[in-house]
Amino acid sequence: MEYLTVHSPILIVAVPLLAAFITPLISRIGNKFRDTVNVSLLSFVTFLIVILTIDIYANGTRVYTLGASVPELALPENYMVPVRIMFQVDGISIFMGLTTTVVALAALVYSLQFVKNETGQDRFYSLFMLLYVGMIGLEFTGDMFNLFVFLEILSIAGAGLASYRVNMADAVEGGFKYIIISAVSALFVLFAIGILYSEYNLLSIAALAHSMQFTTLDLIALALLAIAFVMKLAGVPLHMWAPDTYAVAPAGITPMIYTSSAASMYALYRVTFTLYGGHFDTTAIGWVVIILGVLSMFIGVMMAIHQTDIKRLMAYHAISQSGYMLLGVGVGLAVLTDPVALANYGRDAMNGGIFHIINNALYKGMLFLTAEAIFFRIGTRDLNKMGGLGHNMKWTTIFFIIGALAISGIPPFNGFASKLLIYESVFRFNPLLSIIAMFVSLVTLASFTKVFYSAFTGPEMPAFKEVREVPRSMLIGMGIMVACIIFFSIFPGLVVDTIVAPATDALIDQASYINGVMGAVP
Amino acid sequence: MMQYIPYNIPFIAVALLMGVALFIILFKRNLIKIIMGIAILGAGVNLFLVTLGYRAGGVAPIYTVAPEGVMVLPVPQALTLTNIVITVSVIALMLTMVMFTYRHMGDIDAKKSRLLRG
Repeated sequence: MEYLTVHSPILIVAVPLLAAFITPLISRIGNKFRDTVNVSLLSFVTFLIVILTIDIYANGTRVYTLGASVPELALPENYMVPVRIMFQVDGISIFMGLTTTVVALAALVYSLQFVKNETGQDRFYSLFMLLYVGMIGLEFTGDMFNLFVFLEILSIAGAGLASYRVNMADAVEGGFKYIIISAVSALFVLFAIGILYSEYNLLSIAALAHSMQFTTLDLIALALLAIAFVMKLAGVPLHMWAPDTYAVAPAGITPMIYTSSAASMYALYRVTFTLYGGHFDTTAIGWVVIILGVLSMFIGVMMAIHQTDIKRLMAYHAISQSGYMLLGVGVGLAVLTDPVALANYGRDAMNGGIFHIINNALYKGMLFLTAEAIFFRIGTRDLNKMGGLGHNMKWTTIFFIIGALAISGIPPFNGFASKLLIYESVFRFNPLLSIIAMFVSLVTLASFTKVFYSAFTGPEMPAFKEVREVPRSMLIGMGIMVACIIFFSIFPGLVVDTIVAPATDALIDQASYINGVMGAVP
Repeated sequence: MMQYIPYNIPFIAVALLMGVALFIILFKRNLIKIIMGIAILGAGVNLFLVTLGYRAGGVAPIYTVAPEGVMVLPVPQALTLTNIVITVSVIALMLTMVMFTYRHMGDIDAKKSRLLRG
């Protein structure tokens, strides 16, 4: 057990990587065998994540150095700087890892039946695992260059999967938009890494944060990194790819790509809080994040209202919900240097923003899955052509209702818990922002009511008389997410205290991240 | 002032390459040209990284048979190598997508391939 805990950071990355590359081989034995192996390997990774989570909440940041005699040894003997590749897992990393893994497990189980009749299933599962590796690596990595590498793995796998259904012209177009955005943003990240390396001769995030001087070049690097990550997380001025890609990606992949934008959001937080935090007044950058968040919230939901394509509508809502996360954490960033305000409301705002990440990955992912379940059965995403589906797809209807209520922030669902945290704390920072957030929430409810009425209620339509409930694995996939949503809805306080608050502390406490690596340096 | 100019020429080239690339990506509508823009952007970043590692009169950073004198930095070269590989795979993926777009739409003009709008 101890051995597993020590080596879990690398195993969590290595096992899915292995799964990705043995998938084409083992599928020669049989599709069923391949599915079993993939699901059991991902379950094993989930188990490792749980072990690592328990360990990190008990003992704090865990560093895993590749090639060192002892994995915890970040600095080689007689060296002042870390030169080895390392994973550094702290509260926020493992929080994101947990989110990613739950979504990936649900999406994988859902996909089992979904792609059953498609060609190229081996490649689907290979890329799926690579996408998972990209996300988890991005969240665990301790140095800037591996952040770039995992960002690229995530992008290439994500774009390949988004255009998986190449027989549909729009799928290719959505995938192409995604890969362009990803390529440009990854090259921006690499350029920024080059600038940072030229100044400090370092790649490790902790060591860079330790010696950050905050010169003009650093500012340029920060701007490049921020633009790149906002592009990837579909914040509003740079959101144009998201509806296209989310709408056309196959089910199971849409939640994954959505979670990968949350991983980019993690990277943005990591850079602003850990890499640049503590050296300067973060109020300005905090306000930039807040404004991005408010714009995303408002424009996202306004664009969603008039959509008739169900997945496109949900994609705009996804952009809108990302705004809440940016708003909550942006408020925390704006008051980071002010201990009183931070203790009063900044920490709560960040708790809300971070709690919203996992909530949203769950219910938004689930809503995407229900939308695709409808598409699976009736072959259209156009809301105007749907109707009366509630008669035949009872489970899907129930899941949709739960998701829609959660996303609109209706008590007692988990969306309400995180939104309430954001409203309360942001109100004390700036009442106007809080009012906009509540308004957006109302419009979200209105929009989902429209979807519910046009898709599920009404008399049974003759064209859909033969429509049946989706196969069992798809129901199980959605059920995993619903179970998590209900658990989070019943015990929001417990969840905030046990997994969200350590994540917030990990972001605020820059010193402990640095000490995790540079501890030996006087 | 004058003696710094030769050292800065690569950086000026980097700025030019990246500017041209971003212009192409933002304003060109032909999908192949957009891919070329990405390639040029990648080349600009690679040139930037290699230039960072360059030391005047440096030798290759191989410790076993190193002659006296300064070495060029090895890490940026490793980064460049990785980036070359990644850029190639990204471009290959994009070209396949353009191929499929052409099959579906009979055209590679981004203006005409607008299935997803609004």
